[in-house]
Amino acid sequence: MEDLTSSKQEKANQDPGEAERPWEEVAAFSQGPESGLSEPLELEQGPDTGPKRRGSPPQSPESRASTPLDDLAGPGTSSPPSLPQEGSYTPSPPALARQDLAAPWQSDKTTSVNPEAGTPQDHHLEQSDKGEPTASQTCQSEGITFRQSQQTKHHLYGPEDVNHNNSKQKELRFNVFQEEDSNSNHDLDRAEPGASEVAPSMLEIAIQSAKAYLLKTSSKSGLNLYDHLSDMLTKVLDERPEDAVDIIESISQDVKMEHFRKKLDTLQNENEMLPTYEIAEKQRALFLQGNLEGADQELEDEIAENALPNVMESAFYFEQAGVGLGTDETYRIFLALKQLTDTHPIQRCRFWGKILGLEMNYIVAEVEFREGEDEENVEEEEVTEERDDADSEADEDDEDELPRNFYKTPQAIPKEENRTGANKYVYFVCNEPGRPWVKLPSVTPGQIVTARKIKKFFTGRLDTPIISYPPFPGNESNYLRAQIARISAGTHVSPLGFYQFGEEEGEEEEEVEGRRDSFEENPDFEGIQVIDLVESLSNWVHHVQHILSQGRCNWFNPIQKSEEEEEEEDEEKEEEKGEETDYIEQEVGPPLLTPISEDLEIQNIPPWTTRLSSNLIPQYAIAVLRSNLWPGAYAFSNGKKFENFYIGWGHKYSPDNYTPPALPPVCQEYPSGSEITEMDDPTVEEEQAFRAAQEAVVFPTEENEETEDDEEEEDDYDQE
Amino acid sequence: MDAESLLLSLELASGSGQGLSPDRRASLLTSLMLVKRDYRFDRVLFWGRILGLVGDYYIAQGLSEDQLAPRKTLYSLNCMEWSLLPPATEEMVAQTSVVKGRFMGDPSHEYEHTEVQKTNEGEKVFEEDVVVQIKEETRLVSVIDQIDKAVAVIPRGALFKTPFGPVHVNRTFEGLSLSEAKKLSSYFHFREPVQLKNKTLLEKADLDPSLDFLDSLEHDIPKGSWSMQMERGNALVVLRSLLWPGLTFFHAPRTKNCGYIYVGTGEKNIDLPFML
Repeated sequence: MEDLTSSKQEKANQDPGEAERPWEEVAAFSQGPESGLSEPLELEQGPDTGPKRRGSPPQSPESRASTPLDDLAGPGTSSPPSLPQEGSYTPSPPALARQDLAAPWQSDKTTSVNPEAGTPQDHHLEQSDKGEPTASQTCQSEGITFRQSQQTKHHLYGPEDVNHNNSKQKELRFNVFQEEDSNSNHDLDRAEPGASEVAPSMLEIAIQSAKAYLLKTSSKSGLNLYDHLSDMLTKVLDERPEDAVDIIESISQDVKMEHFRKKLDTLQNENEMLPTYEIAEKQRALFLQGNLEGADQELEDEIAENALPNVMESAFYFEQAGVGLGTDETYRIFLALKQLTDTHPIQRCRFWGKILGLEMNYIVAEVEFREGEDEENVEEEEVTEERDDADSEADEDDEDELPRNFYKTPQAIPKEENRTGANKYVYFVCNEPGRPWVKLPSVTPGQIVTARKIKKFFTGRLDTPIISYPPFPGNESNYLRAQIARISAGTHVSPLGFYQFGEEEGEEEEEVEGRRDSFEENPDFEGIQVIDLVESLSNWVHHVQHILSQGRCNWFNPIQKSEEEEEEEDEEKEEEKGEETDYIEQEVGPPLLTPISEDLEIQNIPPWTTRLSSNLIPQYAIAVLRSNLWPGAYAFSNGKKFENFYIGWGHKYSPDNYTPPALPPVCQEYPSGSEITEMDDPTVEEEQAFRAAQEAVVFPTEENEETEDDEEEEDDYDQE
Repeated sequence: MDAESLLLSLELASGSGQGLSPDRRASLLTSLMLVKRDYRFDRVLFWGRILGLVGDYYIAQGLSEDQLAPRKTLYSLNCMEWSLLPPATEEMVAQTSVVKGRFMGDPSHEYEHTEVQKTNEGEKVFEEDVVVQIKEETRLVSVIDQIDKAVAVIPRGALFKTPFGPVHVNRTFEGLSLSEAKKLSSYFHFREPVQLKNKTLLEKADLDPSLDFLDSLEHDIPKGSWSMQMERGNALVVLRSLLWPGLTFFHAPRTKNCGYIYVGTGEKNIDLPFML
């Protein structure tokens, strides 16, 4: 702004000068190719180097101070413009350059004093010959930037500049050496402005050098401090943070970061965001599945016998209890369950819970297939059985005269059939809603037994091998399935009376050792007071079968089975039986629908904690049950409805540290008995006595021969 | 997690299943404000919840302006009435280390611990059983202190060290970038640095003194005591401590949302090496 005003002042002050200049300019432009070329160059440089030249303009008007016309203009133009210019820019390199160049100019210009002094116009023309001076002239009238460029040109071409007059040299020198007093002495007109000129020009230099320093471009980042500061201030003024002084360091950092980010953005972002888009794309399918084309009638039929649980409702209740996933995640899981029930012949489905893993988590769905539609499992089983047979055959081939290995692996307890016991339900897992559901294999007793002895974190990848001390038969999917079975058996509870033993089914199940393992919903269930549910644990019952230490829910007698097998093995078994008892006592756990008040205590810690969800509004609160044995297992009931939910690492709680199971007993060596020990060699006396006894029987004539034979025979015995 | 952004934080941390019921949330929002006013805290953190057999402890922490200065810890059983806990001392930690098992949920509950004390009288050594009674409040203090020292987490850049020494919240923290968020080295322990002094000059050379003044998580012992997951399709980083199961740290990359919450039994998982 000040620049503009100053230039206006110029115009006002020196109309005559002004009048001259326009046509001078024209002349300059028309002058020659040189001028035309040089000007654009300067203009281009303007943004970068322009500031550096700013210091010079005052000199150019002053240089013409000797001419009367310019005298008037000189002081007026030179001093006012100089102030604003310096205010905005501080070029030190030019200043230095000026100093360097000052000396050569002096010598050159002394020669050219006369012509210039004679005619100012000539001077201008001569200047225009070099191209740059014209530019400077135009600038003087129009704006400062041009003048600056002119000044640099003076420097550049200074040595060649023959036509410059003395006054110009002086001015330059004065500026350099800050001998401004001489300026003021030149003319009376100038005296007044000259006085004002002194202070600014002293400051000018200092400021110029400082400014130039600030403008020095860093070789590393290509930034300069001047721009950086102005960026920072712009940012502060734009954003107006509170206490900007406290955070100025960070702002500075941010501003710099912005400089660097530009280059990287395009490349990095796209790569990094990929997984986000991928999962979003998959989850999109969940939200769109409702819109799939399908006959409305079919849909209505399906809704009638819907297998889908009301996840959101139970999530609401669990939220009252302070458990559960976020609202949106729950809804995604809900949609994922819908996808599952739509794509599989599922009769009943339930959101079992979530098991945390190291890399990914498992979302577990508990489903029951419709009758006869889960045949895949059967095939799998057959395959495994065949493998077992192959193994046993291989063993038989090894038969030899040498004693065979008597050790028989402990009898593998067969797994329970689908829909019974621990395999009553089928479990599907997925890592994230939207990803495909994976069906877990059915669980075998051996896996459960081993799983009880180990404690491992889940990784989130189903095919991870489980490396543990009792070798775990299977990979992580089997371990996960075993833990699910254990957790379900331990923590799935319902309010007393909600389930009852089905009459028909109950009779069927009586075949299995007279125990019932099936139940049905009680249509006459009238609900239990929430307060009762909280106050008494006996109002909650297990509705999942207890898993015996054998690893099964229903007792399997390993001995009977062994008799059915090959006879040889039976013989071996008999020995074991002899040592133990003829009949292993059947292992019995608590029956179905046992109240949880009979659960075993964990070293003085009650296995369950009950609570009312809200003490403030007890009339609408729900009963919340928390398992202390399986941290993360919860159940709620509002009297009529109930739900079970598990979220956690899938480990059982124990107040003591985990201790790896003891090593199996070392096999005892064969007891040293009559079969192992041998007699001493027969002594001479014994042999002689033996011989004497024989001689007494046999005829004395054959004595010699027989003795030899006997000896041989005895030798043979010895050898044996 | 910050008390002021409690609701968003709870939503973000909900992946671990640890939430608060609506009435607890509401009462916390109310009472923590009052706590901040009454105790003149600069910042109030909702620290978490320790599950007891009878009742739960809700824990809040008040921070002064210097974020690393000793914090004041408060507990409440009903989320409305808060009581100040005494600062933890070494002695307390040593004393309560003998107590195992679950918290009861009653601060005045006393654990009994029998120690065998040997007294020398001349040449004879008598062994006496001395019953030491430990208040649950003491145990609570020491457990909170242990958890804070072991697994309190802050992302790199969320705090900065001022030239005068105190550590302040970095207002210009805009979250970690995605690539940084996946590295354990971008997360720091929210406590006075311990290992930093042991670093070699070579390692220190790359550190930014205003940001890297804390211990990073990557050197935690044992290796693998953290589980890092990207949830919601990379929109959320969740760190779960395996050493103190129940501690969840969350951070949404490129936002300021971060924090940690502990919901658990207050027992250290010393079986960790077996479980990895």
